[in-house]
Amino acid sequence: MAGARGLALKRPSALPGFGLALGFTLTYLSLIVLIPLAALVLKSATLGFAGFWEIVTGARTLAALRLSFFTSLFAATVNAVFGTIIAWVLVRYQFPGRRLLDAFVDLPFALPTAVAGIALTALYAPNGWIGSWLAPLGIKIAYTPNGIAIALIFIGLPFVVRTVQPVLEEFDRELEEASATLGANRRQTVFRVMLPALLPAILTGFALALARAVGEYGSVIFIAGNLPFISEIAPLLIIIRLEEFGYAQAAAIGTAMLMISFGILLLVHLVQAWQRRRFGR
Amino acid sequence: MDARVLNEVNYPAAGDRGGTPAQWVRTVDVSAENVVRIFGTTPALHGVSLDIGAGELVALLGPSGSGKTTLLRILAGLDVPTSGRVLFDGEDALKLTVQERNVGLVFQNYALFRHMTVLENIGFGLRVRPRIRRPSRREIRRRALELLDFVQLTGLEKRYPSQLSGGQRQRVAFARALAIEPRLLLLDEPFGALDAKVRRELRRWLLEIHTKTGHTTVFVTHDQEEALELADRVVVMSEGRIEQIGTPDEIYDKPNSPFVYSFIGESSVLPVRVEQGKVWLDEHPLDLAAGAVPSGPARLFFRPHDVEVGNDLPGAIPGVVQGLRRHGGARRVDLEVGGRGDRVEIELPADYSLNLSGRVAVLPRRYRLYPATTQTNLS
Ligand SMILES: Nc1ncnc2c1ncn2[C@@H]1O[C@H](COP(=O)(O)OP(=O)(O)OP(=O)(O)O)[C@@H](O)[C@H]1O
Ligand SMILES: [Mg+2]
Repeated sequence: MAGARGLALKRPSALPGFGLALGFTLTYLSLIVLIPLAALVLKSATLGFAGFWEIVTGARTLAALRLSFFTSLFAATVNAVFGTIIAWVLVRYQFPGRRLLDAFVDLPFALPTAVAGIALTALYAPNGWIGSWLAPLGIKIAYTPNGIAIALIFIGLPFVVRTVQPVLEEFDRELEEASATLGANRRQTVFRVMLPALLPAILTGFALALARAVGEYGSVIFIAGNLPFISEIAPLLIIIRLEEFGYAQAAAIGTAMLMISFGILLLVHLVQAWQRRRFGR
Repeated sequence: MDARVLNEVNYPAAGDRGGTPAQWVRTVDVSAENVVRIFGTTPALHGVSLDIGAGELVALLGPSGSGKTTLLRILAGLDVPTSGRVLFDGEDALKLTVQERNVGLVFQNYALFRHMTVLENIGFGLRVRPRIRRPSRREIRRRALELLDFVQLTGLEKRYPSQLSGGQRQRVAFARALAIEPRLLLLDEPFGALDAKVRRELRRWLLEIHTKTGHTTVFVTHDQEEALELADRVVVMSEGRIEQIGTPDEIYDKPNSPFVYSFIGESSVLPVRVEQGKVWLDEHPLDLAAGAVPSGPARLFFRPHDVEVGNDLPGAIPGVVQGLRRHGGARRVDLEVGGRGDRVEIELPADYSLNLSGRVAVLPRRYRLYPATTQTNLS
């Protein structure tokens, strides 16, 4: 996202090849990202603004969008917290099986999402291993928004772990030691010295997990139950519209998702830019 | 120096000591007793014993890998000795955690917190105090600003560490360490990463600060000039051992081992022989006293500038000029001496007339003889 500070180009560095690199980047991004997205927007534009507005503010669409974005934000937040903890454990503690655990982290990436969805459904269904324990307590996971959140947490986990891990590995021990000699206890060192330094990486992981969660389809539809107004996510609604040959409607929902996602990611990016300016680089 | 030195610079008030009106810095004397530190199987310190008086400024000097940082970290409580004791004011310091030791440590790379402003960095040690000992926010700010003035960085409080020069970061790190009213100041190569000019400035500055605050201070350096210029006493270390402890004069003028002689200042070495209480270079008896050095091969150490030169000196070392170099206000001369092509370096006034391949005899005015069997760790 180059739009953080208007259209001002970053000043070219002393390294040669700036023009070439920029040209290549723009061409590549256009082919891979911008043109398909533009096509999407154009398609939805065939509805005219009033038509577009009617569709995206329709009760069912709004419910789906709300569900998609709130569960995604929730899942990304959970991942930011637990992903950081997992990265911490993997980097800071030596224990048998650490490498194995490290390898497990990537599994949500490797697994076809449908497989993940079916596995999670089997576990969390009222008669599943975990679901059968929760059912007597009145907690329902599968076929509710809770299930969607679980699936989104599952698929987004690696992002935060993998962005925080290298930063933590590089983290200068002397900073912790300096903090301790200045009288800070362990908790103060973690919260005041280390986490602020990890925050940019955590935010990056958060943004990636969020983006992935918003667009996730395969794993969610199995566990969600897909009841309109309750557990129907926006990507599913798009598929439904497509199956009804409502291409423009589908494109309109897609465009709405695109704009919201872009807004959120831009916000995250701005926070990071602000942080970078403070830390200086 | 008195253990309690009146603070002339309005050093931050001792808020956690019941607000005594007089502002004192409480500093400690430090002893290490037979401190051993073994990393796995590599010993980094083999039994180091050291007494540092309250208010003293001590330099730890030694080549890379000699254990200086290891010793400093043990004093700070960041590392524990494998065996041995560390005492602050006669009390066992090993029982205290890092936090309880209240030691101001300045790291070689400063270890400033990048996400905090200069002012937040300096105030950090006060902000993390337990509530009952924590000064109010305004008070913390006031003290941090005061320290900022003290380290001559007035006006930079809003900057982030990345917006400072190396020398300025150094001072911020220093102010941050002073803010906790440390009982002991430890500096690991405080000027290591700075250029020569800034180093000289900061050296003078450190000396001033030490005179003003009177903290017991230990600083690590591998720059002997720095150690000799700043320290009340210099501790020369080599391979995990203390080679010599003494005032700069003692270290420079009476080095007690070939290692210290060759490590401190410039020196020339010449293999000689001691027989019947006399010093021989090949077949020439030299006009030097052998002292207590036993008969047998020995090594003669002297400083390039501590020589007398002439062609009619009896018992002098004859040599052939192999090289002439201008060295500041003087001239350096490489001499080939004796039958085995040994070389020594001497220093002469720049106007002394000499030619390449000319002959000249030199007699060390001050020198030290060591039996050749004594190990020199520095080759
Ligand atoms: N954490 C560690 N694990 C293993 N060996 C270590 C460790 N820290 C230091 N050592 C070893 O102990 C010895 C002394 O190291 P130390 O860092 O104290 O040297 P130093 O005198 O500070 O050197 P320098 O001037 O290069 O900083 C070295 O041989 C080093 O390799
Ligand atoms: Mg060191």
